[in-house]
Amino acid sequence: MIPATFDYIRAGSVEEAVAALTEHGDEAKLLAGGHSLLPLMKLRLASPEVLIDLGRVDALRGVCELDDGRLSIGAMTAHQDVIDNDLVRQHCGVLADVTRQVGDAQVRHRGTIGGALAHGDAASDLPAALLALDGTVVVQGPSGQREIAAADLFVDYLATSISDDEVITEVRVPKFDGSWGWNYQKFSRVAQAWAIVGSLGLVKRSNGNVEEARVGLTHMGTVPLRATAVEQALAGAAIDGIADAAEHAAEGTSAPTDLNATSEFREHLARVLTKRALTAAAG
Amino acid sequence: MTSVQMNVDGETHSDEVEPRLLLVHYLREFLGKTGTNVGCDTSNCGACTVHLDGRSVKSCTVLAVQADGGDIDTIEGLAEFSSNGDEEAGWHPLQRAFHTEHGLQCGYCTPGMIMAAKDLLSENPDPTEDEVRHGLEGNLCRCTGYVNIVKAVRTAAAEMRGDKVDTEVGA
Ligand SMILES: Cc1cc2nc3c(=O)[nH]c(=O)nc-3n(C[C@H](O)[C@H](O)[C@H](O)COP(=O)(O)OP(=O)(O)OC[C@H]3O[C@@H](n4cnc5c(N)ncnc54)[C@H](O)[C@@H]3O)c2cc1C
Ligand code: FES
Ligand code: FES
Repeated sequence: MIPATFDYIRAGSVEEAVAALTEHGDEAKLLAGGHSLLPLMKLRLASPEVLIDLGRVDALRGVCELDDGRLSIGAMTAHQDVIDNDLVRQHCGVLADVTRQVGDAQVRHRGTIGGALAHGDAASDLPAALLALDGTVVVQGPSGQREIAAADLFVDYLATSISDDEVITEVRVPKFDGSWGWNYQKFSRVAQAWAIVGSLGLVKRSNGNVEEARVGLTHMGTVPLRATAVEQALAGAAIDGIADAAEHAAEGTSAPTDLNATSEFREHLARVLTKRALTAAAG
Repeated sequence: MTSVQMNVDGETHSDEVEPRLLLVHYLREFLGKTGTNVGCDTSNCGACTVHLDGRSVKSCTVLAVQADGGDIDTIEGLAEFSSNGDEEAGWHPLQRAFHTEHGLQCGYCTPGMIMAAKDLLSENPDPTEDEVRHGLEGNLCRCTGYVNIVKAVRTAAAEMRGDKVDTEVGA
């Protein structure tokens, strides 16, 4: 399978990429790792007239610590480099652990954190993780930079609040040190596949109780979701309240029915996986 | 057309290519390196695995223009050339182990399996059976049932480390 023809622009900087996006409008698409976009182009489900390759923009790779204590991860950092990064491992191990479950080794060598979030697929693992971590993305457009909270980023099926002329430059996540535990339960049919349902549980413990709990759900709607009813039920509760709280995991979701699962089965999975994830996170 | 230059199996190549040309087609059709196979063409099977700057990638999901300036290693560059005409003497330990452990039947997945395994062993020279299975999850084999592939990778790993291990694996 061969993509339709397109003009190829290799951006040397974010400014060049923004200028090319501004010039070519909605005929153009950014190319990061290409592991969502190229398969779509080969199937001719996408046929952009212009591809703007971010591969040479080295400033978009790597991880640093911000003055406010959060971590900043360059949008073009490959999944494997997020997993291997010392700052991420030390301060946001949850992000490394979720990223380790994305695709397979070859996919993790090419796919990028920025591409995965910009693609905005509710079935992929990182959008729900960013939502549960209360992370943000920084985008740059013709009129400068803005920071978008994960809660405002994912607006509909494969749709984000990033404009056509904006480039994600950074992904920002708070540190999850000390008393936080986490676990990501990804249920899929074969090893490398997308989640039929995924549940990321984070638990902050204090004196044997749950001080705060977070739950991010993958593939339970057109956008990634937080299981807010579970989070509320657990705030300040005893750890043995997890099983009861997890019964609320499917509330407020709109799980799709497809060849892999009915929406009822997905709701069941959300409850079971959330219980397992939170139990492991609190353990 | 866009100019690309890359080092493939130790030789530099420069060509004018269409931006939509996939790396695997560049290797097979421009350079005649047909050792790298196309299996699924949908980014799933890993038959097209090569190394780009030292890391395993699915070359059906990389544009040749993205690989410009890069170092590519394919299955064709794996064996050492042996001047005495004994081709097998130059085989890489992985090639030898896939042969002796019967790690292939039709052989279609083998170039990709070996290139993925080589990257895995560079990260983890002594993988458990589980680690081999997890490390090769991006490579599908429709013939062997994987048992002998896992065995072959662990046998090669032992040879590359210079020791002997028990490579018995469960069915
Ligand atoms: C076989 C296979 C299995 C996979 N399995 C999983 C899985 O289990 N879980 C999972 O989460 N993902 C999975 N993926 C997807 C993978 O993680 C992709 O790498 C990721 O979704 C997209 O990242 P990319 O860098 O490849 O983006 P690209 O494909 O290059 O781009 C994706 C989209 O984002 C836009 N974009 C890219 N970068 C930016 C930017 N900086 N700013 C603004 N827009 C941008 C592009 O224009 C495009 O629309 C899999 C992919 C494959 C091929
Ligand atoms: S041919 Fe490239 S992954 Fe199957
Ligand atoms: S040996 Fe036939 S596909 Fe693996």
